[in-house]
Amino acid sequence: MSDDYEARLQAWVGRELVARRPGQDPVNVPMIRHWVEAMEDANPVYLDEDAAKATGRDGVVAPASMIQAWTMRGYAATVRPSTEPSGFDELVALLGEGGYTSVVATDSELEFERELVPGDHVSVEEHVESISPEKKTGLGAGRFVSTVKTYRDASGEVVATQRWRTLRFRPADKPAPEKPKALRPRPAVNPDNAFWFEAAREHRLVIQRCADCKSLRHPPGPCCPQCGSFAWDTVESSGEGHVYTFTVNHHPRHPAFDYPLVVAVVELAEGTRLIANMTGVEPADVEVGMPVVLDWIDPDPDLSLPVFRPAAHKER
Amino acid sequence: MSRAFDEVAVGEELPELPIPLTRTMIVATALASRDYQDVHHDPALAEDRGSKDVFMNILTTNGLVDRYVTSWAGPAARVKAIRIRLGAPNYPGDTMVLTGTVSAKHDDGHRVEIAVRGVNAIGPHVTGTVVVQLPGGAA
Repeated sequence: MSDDYEARLQAWVGRELVARRPGQDPVNVPMIRHWVEAMEDANPVYLDEDAAKATGRDGVVAPASMIQAWTMRGYAATVRPSTEPSGFDELVALLGEGGYTSVVATDSELEFERELVPGDHVSVEEHVESISPEKKTGLGAGRFVSTVKTYRDASGEVVATQRWRTLRFRPADKPAPEKPKALRPRPAVNPDNAFWFEAAREHRLVIQRCADCKSLRHPPGPCCPQCGSFAWDTVESSGEGHVYTFTVNHHPRHPAFDYPLVVAVVELAEGTRLIANMTGVEPADVEVGMPVVLDWIDPDPDLSLPVFRPAAHKER
Repeated sequence: MSRAFDEVAVGEELPELPIPLTRTMIVATALASRDYQDVHHDPALAEDRGSKDVFMNILTTNGLVDRYVTSWAGPAARVKAIRIRLGAPNYPGDTMVLTGTVSAKHDDGHRVEIAVRGVNAIGPHVTGTVVVQLPGGAA
């Protein structure tokens, strides 16, 4: 924050923020009733003339705490503020320039000179008392702005004063809500290939084998393409192989994958080929013929898949 | 009915008062005090402004502290000062429990100071002092 900004802020100390302004309505019973109903305040002196007189008063009085309500600007001025800027608007704009766009009231110190009665017409004026240096608070970095509001009756007599402190703050950065990562597309599991995915969940790479002619096949199917037999069993792969071919996907992107994404056709030592992703290698370093070994990933609790990584160089 | 100045002793505790904080009550009290700031009635805008939900406005806290002390002191009491500091916001669904202790007495003007505290599930919402003028007594 520049010295110039600080000086411009501090220039506000002592200045009138809001010129003396009368409340929209005089103190009146309907607004008192609205207040005591919402506050559930059963004190009879606010609405019951006789009860008020029994306490030595001339009649009903307004709740002391209601003082500020008599000079609130109301709904219309809140949603459609006057286009004529007040000192208050100027100070709010200056605080906004410093990033202090949020506000919360922190202290209120009301001193009452006398009780208000229906018919009293209250006005308020406000002066800036102090503006603090920037402080770190639980809500974010901000400045405490202290002002004094002076409440007067129609004759100009002070009926109450209020030291009012607000924190003007920069909302602390909220961590972006963590979106659950998208799941990979589900494999189309059916009675003919379920054994393969079940083995994968145990981190076993199996290859279907014809029980009659003993030829291996992948992807899984009900019938041997060599001899037509429906009888089959499986063997477990050694997990060694080489890159038969591959491609690098950049687009379109599926949210479950990291890009660029290597999609390889790996030929296993046993002779069958399967499609899998690569891991532990930059896409630019993948080559056709590259020796690879099996690894496993568990992208989500219901899915385990084989991937391949470059085989460690063998000493020759 | 009303408490007399002489009947009150420093250290006397006020009965505690739990106040359920419903969303309706937070909005109704904000409007009764003619406070139309969105953070007191619009949850989405309150979140945008860095709050987890709408929260009670300070005028209402003043009103509840006023009610708490005068309901104990009685209708003859006149409120001379309400000085409060706000802490943890009063959010819907919570309960604020008000407690108070007579902290000082001043013969001049029969004034009694009550230290007031309102605590919700997050922590102290309000701490402060209410000064009331009580009737009667030997003076």
